[in-house]
Amino acid sequence: MINFPTSSFPALLVALPIFLAILSLIFRINRRAIIGLWGSFLIGILALVSFIEVIQKGTVIHILGGWEPPLGILLRMDPLSAVFIGLTATIGVFISLYTWWYFRAREASKGRFPLFWPLWFFLWAGLNGLFLSNDLFNLYVTIEIITICAVGLAVLSGEKNALKSGLRYLLAAIAGSMAYLFGVALIYGSTGTLDLEHLSEVLKPGKTTNFALIIITLGLMIKKAAFPFHFWLPPAHSAALAPVSALLSALVVKGAFYMMLRLWTEVFEVSLTFAAGQLIGIAGAAAVLWGSWQALLQTNFKLLVAHSSVAQMGYLLMMFPLLIIAPGISSDSANWLSPAWTAGIFQVISHAFAKSSLFLSAGIIIMALGHDRIESLRDLVAWMPMTAMAIGIAGVSLIGLPPSGGFMAKWMLLKGVFLSGQWWWAPAILLGSLLTAGYVFMLLRLAFAPSREINHFRSVPKSLQICALILALGSFLIVIPAENLIQFLEGSESFGSGIQSIVKGGRYGNE
Amino acid sequence: MEMNSLLLLLILISSLIPGIVILLLEEKQVLARNFLNLFGAIAKVVLVAWVFAGYLRGESYTFIFGLAPDLTFALHIDQLGLLFATLSSVLWLVTTIYAIGYLKGGKHQRRFFAFFSLCVTSSTGIALSGNVLTFFVFYEFLTLSTYPLVVHRGDDKAVEAGRTYLWYTIGGGTVLFLGVVGLFVLAGPIYFGQTEIIASLAPENGLQLTIVFFLMLSGLAVKAAIFPLHGWLPISMVAPAPVSALLHAVAVVKAGAFGIIRLVYDIYGVQTSEQMNLLTPLAIFAGFTIIYGSVKAFYQDDFKKRLAYSTISQLSYIALGVAITGVLSTTGAIVHLVHQGIMKITMFFAAGNVAETYGYYRISQLNGIGRRMPITMVAFTIAAFGMIGLPPVAGFVSKWYLGLGAVEAETYWVVLVLLASSALNAAYFLPIVYRAWFCEPEPSTIQPRCSGRWETEALLLIPVLLTGLFSLAAGLFAASTNSPLYFAREIADRFYLHLP
Repeated sequence: MINFPTSSFPALLVALPIFLAILSLIFRINRRAIIGLWGSFLIGILALVSFIEVIQKGTVIHILGGWEPPLGILLRMDPLSAVFIGLTATIGVFISLYTWWYFRAREASKGRFPLFWPLWFFLWAGLNGLFLSNDLFNLYVTIEIITICAVGLAVLSGEKNALKSGLRYLLAAIAGSMAYLFGVALIYGSTGTLDLEHLSEVLKPGKTTNFALIIITLGLMIKKAAFPFHFWLPPAHSAALAPVSALLSALVVKGAFYMMLRLWTEVFEVSLTFAAGQLIGIAGAAAVLWGSWQALLQTNFKLLVAHSSVAQMGYLLMMFPLLIIAPGISSDSANWLSPAWTAGIFQVISHAFAKSSLFLSAGIIIMALGHDRIESLRDLVAWMPMTAMAIGIAGVSLIGLPPSGGFMAKWMLLKGVFLSGQWWWAPAILLGSLLTAGYVFMLLRLAFAPSREINHFRSVPKSLQICALILALGSFLIVIPAENLIQFLEGSESFGSGIQSIVKGGRYGNE
Repeated sequence: MEMNSLLLLLILISSLIPGIVILLLEEKQVLARNFLNLFGAIAKVVLVAWVFAGYLRGESYTFIFGLAPDLTFALHIDQLGLLFATLSSVLWLVTTIYAIGYLKGGKHQRRFFAFFSLCVTSSTGIALSGNVLTFFVFYEFLTLSTYPLVVHRGDDKAVEAGRTYLWYTIGGGTVLFLGVVGLFVLAGPIYFGQTEIIASLAPENGLQLTIVFFLMLSGLAVKAAIFPLHGWLPISMVAPAPVSALLHAVAVVKAGAFGIIRLVYDIYGVQTSEQMNLLTPLAIFAGFTIIYGSVKAFYQDDFKKRLAYSTISQLSYIALGVAITGVLSTTGAIVHLVHQGIMKITMFFAAGNVAETYGYYRISQLNGIGRRMPITMVAFTIAAFGMIGLPPVAGFVSKWYLGLGAVEAETYWVVLVLLASSALNAAYFLPIVYRAWFCEPEPSTIQPRCSGRWETEALLLIPVLLTGLFSLAAGLFAASTNSPLYFAREIADRFYLHLP
């Protein structure tokens, strides 16, 4: 680990948002937005520079204060972290821009929500920290920061149902954290280390490790709202302010996924079995079908989009059963590992773009109509063509039609499914696509239908609509550098690494 | 980038950019919009002609862009693609002129022409695709870009039709997707024409290849409107006439038919498809669809609906020609791709003219219309004769080759199907012709909506005249070396090159 070149960017990526958060707390309330906007640009530039650094040097590390692990904290930025940090920055900058205009456009929100910018910057610091963390405890601390900020943002509007669903969110998230922390304690007790790389060497399979794995996975599943722990997500995401909803479902839930991906592929290789992978896959498939079906039944735009998040997160879980390979097969000959892994990353990226665009569009619609009942979307195409187009483009990416990022993800996932012989996941993937098409075109059908009233949409600033449209286009544009992106990601430790499944009498059977 | 690759991109861009720019224009900038439309359409025809000439000189055109390790976006010119690209670009130009006249003064023209351009972009994209992935990308893009055109009128009926259209096409797209991924997993990235890959896999992976074939075929059959997947086509008749014309002649239905040709000849290869016995079910369904479509058409009084069922029937000629092994029937199938296009577009233009000028939508209203709209009805009559299969109109040539092919392959039931269908075609088209020319017009007070020198607006008249003449010329000059037939024959010969 120490062999990697050192760089100060990882530290800056955490420090700058914290600094900006504190700075915005110091300033008067009506000045915060300016700090928020320019600060976001600054973080965006920093993320870009760090990204280039990783492209040039490969994985870089930073040892905080010069104290080497296990005493000190080591931040590691490999291509995978760089992609997640870059994604957060790209989406983050656009959401900041949107928020800036959103608060200005809404007369009622002038001077309200003073805590938005500080919370958002702390959240950003937490996310960057999470993507850079290299030990179990650091991961815990960062995901706690994320949770607290996320809940704070979710209840920002102060409305009754936001508070109610926010509380539910908080309780679920704390339960998840506790489970995770308990698992970490077990591992620390049995191995005496928290460093991910060190753990992967010393962790021995056994009852303790198995239990720790189960409880850590459980905790993360709650945090990422995996089926059947998804209950908290739709109300919390739909009750929040539009930019907050976008942040929560585009970025926050991805944090828990990132943790799970790294822990499963880099640490817990010794105790994963075929059955464990299948179980996660079943949860994913159930989420895809259940979430899409629920989305189809919604009458409110934001709730529909939130349920769709449950479904889309389900696709992420479906990559895990493909990552576990039977004993005796070398990971070199398992040609489905790399497509399955890539599918997950593309799903993260394209979903982040598409979903943030949809939530921002929801904000625009609420601003135009005063509510978000779906049947009022009639004639949207005629009066707000740009927003209609954003919804259409983002929706198409969610369905997974070519040439969107969602298509790349589904293509890779299906390919992985067939190559590995686990064809039974295919129906769920495709049925999910069809259901998604069902709710996306339900929206579009109404958007094209004539309205009985003459223009019932109040005018909304073009700038807000442009933000939503750009993010929607982003979910298509990521296909263009796809090949380079995949090559870049190959440098990360977790890439295409299979997990040798153990069965009784297998490699570690006698220990 | 090489000049030749750039040309391929330019062919796509010539309609993509106008489409996007039109969307950004204001609704009232009619002049700019029309200019962009026509400029794009003419540019596309010129570019395709340029590439055509280059191809005949022996130049090769390929554009490849890597998306992922084994996923490439590839455009490539071969004869079949060139034939389809020519058909699309020429008919698009004609339809653009027609649409400008047809929609004059209508609402939401900006949206209409924007998606109209995108629709043709995907149609030419399908023609130029060099591999399965690229084909699939444009195939799905076509679904999306035609949806706004189908629901263009925006009333409840149109929206409902749009819904049906989407369920069929998205469902078909999903099945096709499954097949395409399966094909990739089995055979890797296949470029069109690399039939030896499947041939080498066939002995070991027979079952998987059969499954993949039928998945892809049923996905494509939705757009090719083969029974029982044809339900969307008569319903999407609610779209404006230029859309129906384009939908029925080149864009959507031809994407399906063209895909079937690619699947059988350029992916699986004739020999492999024949050995694995994949074509018999296609032949049976296509044969049934021909009869079924004709019978249904017979009972329609709605002018456009009758044409729609006729399309269903006529399209399956292509599928049927593909399903019978033999150079002659393949030639018939490929040439019908072109002939059906120009004939059917003529008929839809004619129906649109009648509806637009006199407000007649039903066949029972057409008494004596030939005297009031002679040019339109002459064109219609030519096309109708072609559909029935009377020489020397284009349709005769395709039917003749299909028939010869069936005899050659000793599938005599196909000859029966062709004869029966011709009789039915005559039964439902001749009454229209008869009414138009020989029935006395009922005294009516309806004043034509157009008061110009001609029977209707020039922008509506020129296209129908042109395509009518095309239909005649394609049949008259079928023996010339520049005819679609000659070209189709060359393509078919290539498909059978490796056969003993």
